[in-house]
Amino acid sequence: MHSNHLSSSLQIGLGFYYVILAIMNFAFASYQSKILNKRQAGIWTTVACLFLVHAVANFMHLGWTLSDGIKQSVDAVMNPVSYFVMAVAGLTAFLYWRKFFTEPVVAWTILSAGLLFSGWAMTDATFRAIITKPDNVPIVMLIFSVGYTTWLAMRKAVINDARIAIGEAPLEKLEDDKVLVWPDLVYTELLAMVICTFILVVWSVVLKAPLEAPAASSKIPNPSKAPWYFLGLQEMLVYFDPWMAGVVLPTMIIVGLIALPYIDFNQKGNGYFTFVQRRFAITTFLLGFVVLWVVLIVLGTFLRGPNWNFFGLFEPWDPHKTVPLNNINLSDYVWLFGFGRSMESMGWFMRELPGIALVLAYLLLLPPLLAKTIMRSYFVKMGFIRFFLLVTLIQFMMALPIKMVLRWTINLKYIVFIPEAFFNI
Amino acid sequence: MAIGDFIRNSQVWKSIFRHPAPRDRRNRVVVMLTNVFLHLHPVSVRKSGIALSYTWCMGGITFFLFLVETVTGVLLMFYYRPTLEHAYNDILSLRDVLTLGILREMHRWGAHAMVITIWLHMYRVFLTGSYKPPREFNWGVGVILLVLTLLLSFTGYLLPWDQLAIWAITVGSNMARATPLLGYEGPGAKFLQIGGVELIHSGSDARFLLLGGRFVGETALLRFYVLHCVAIPLAVALLIAVHFWRVRKDGGISGAL
Repeated sequence: MHSNHLSSSLQIGLGFYYVILAIMNFAFASYQSKILNKRQAGIWTTVACLFLVHAVANFMHLGWTLSDGIKQSVDAVMNPVSYFVMAVAGLTAFLYWRKFFTEPVVAWTILSAGLLFSGWAMTDATFRAIITKPDNVPIVMLIFSVGYTTWLAMRKAVINDARIAIGEAPLEKLEDDKVLVWPDLVYTELLAMVICTFILVVWSVVLKAPLEAPAASSKIPNPSKAPWYFLGLQEMLVYFDPWMAGVVLPTMIIVGLIALPYIDFNQKGNGYFTFVQRRFAITTFLLGFVVLWVVLIVLGTFLRGPNWNFFGLFEPWDPHKTVPLNNINLSDYVWLFGFGRSMESMGWFMRELPGIALVLAYLLLLPPLLAKTIMRSYFVKMGFIRFFLLVTLIQFMMALPIKMVLRWTINLKYIVFIPEAFFNI
Repeated sequence: MAIGDFIRNSQVWKSIFRHPAPRDRRNRVVVMLTNVFLHLHPVSVRKSGIALSYTWCMGGITFFLFLVETVTGVLLMFYYRPTLEHAYNDILSLRDVLTLGILREMHRWGAHAMVITIWLHMYRVFLTGSYKPPREFNWGVGVILLVLTLLLSFTGYLLPWDQLAIWAITVGSNMARATPLLGYEGPGAKFLQIGGVELIHSGSDARFLLLGGRFVGETALLRFYVLHCVAIPLAVALLIAVHFWRVRKDGGISGAL
């Protein structure tokens, strides 16, 4: 116990945090007893009491801190590979066992465990410094709101899919009668405006907007980060040059989003939550939005420190941390290691021919191959233009994970490397 | 009550509200038709369409936050001058001198929240398949609104003119110099030349257009200020009008058929 590590105000703050968690769990327990689930009611009363114990301990300034052993083991398993792989695995598991994960009790368990861990993690100075930076507060909100909405949408989808399977209409169809906008909608809108104003005012009073030292073009901060909503793009700079990560891929995201309604030929699932009727569309979108956008923003905000190095949750941001970079290009693999030939006398075209051929094959040969084989039914239904647009957009989306895996497995730097023309892929 | 009746029977009151209070069905319909703001809505909607668990209210909140940003933004413009000499100090005085000074906080946190709510709005629209026919076009309008919202936030990020601002914008705008053909470090730009003179160099490329200079300086501050306070909000307001109008024309809030 290092009681001297924690300030009094932090412990009082944590005390109130645990009181809120206790109240939430008592409420959940009383809900469970109301729906006559005695066992669950007992469990969540116990959990609420556990939070109360935490609250008392913090109010009494016992100085409970997360043990160094746990911190070190968390940091030890965290790196860009494990982080990303776990995110993909998590999404896959969530979709595959969606019936299980959308049970309120399961979701509540995950939420409570996450909040308990956050409370303990707050006792660590490094974690606290990053998570409470005023401009990082939106990311915390983003994590919870995307988590909650994903759960809510999938829960409704699971219920609707079960109904559709036995020939009933989705839930949204049940309340099909019309109501007057005044009062049913305008009052909801008024209430929403009042609540939003209240939240925004409280947020503004509690948290000052950040203001750092005056701008100085000679003092470059390390790390230099883009605004938080672009940190997913900044993370792509690890794997791609700026022309890809900063221009081409963002453009493809915008084009892809606009093209989406014209590509998606599936007429089912319009106006209600479903998963079964739109497996491909929803899985692809979740991979793009939740993993390749939100998860990478969280990575860029909380886990990327000086020199854009990766730092675990409790790892201090050491500007002198060095990570060996021994990435090599595809041309090295082919000519040096494959044929044992020096590339010095080669022109750029000959040198990069393998890479160029590979990229062209990926973009031009893969779509027809897919159309002939595993995606044949799509091709038949969608027609030429729609199909090629779809496959090309997905190819650009998958370019990031493909490059990630190549980097992690064979230390590949560039597939095509033509610095003479700033053309590196 | 006599005073209340006197007011409601006065010529002034009747000139503003053309019908009795919306207490019965007829007047609840009429109120929606005689008020320009309420007239954005239809008179009646499907009950499931306005359920909070269905809409998440995120589009409405995004619009509300846009209004909050407009009001606080106009107020901030009274205090802020976009020059190297004044910008930072004006922000300092907003914090230290202004009574009840939470204007900048409301503007900044509101902007962050707006980015999140617009994402969640699109997330909901996607997950309920509400972009499907007949709403394909309005989804596209929404995507443009998303891009404009991000640009609004990005241009506003520079205005405090502190270290956070200038370096975030430097990181972001550095991408522009890698634009294919149009950025001087972008692929293909070197091939754009006439008689050996390069057309695209650091003083003529996409980044220069964005910043009005070769680095994030006074010209960039002015450009971002004008884009942030005038150009982009006007475009957003225009597209919001289209977006809302198309919601109505494309059959209102989506729902199971």
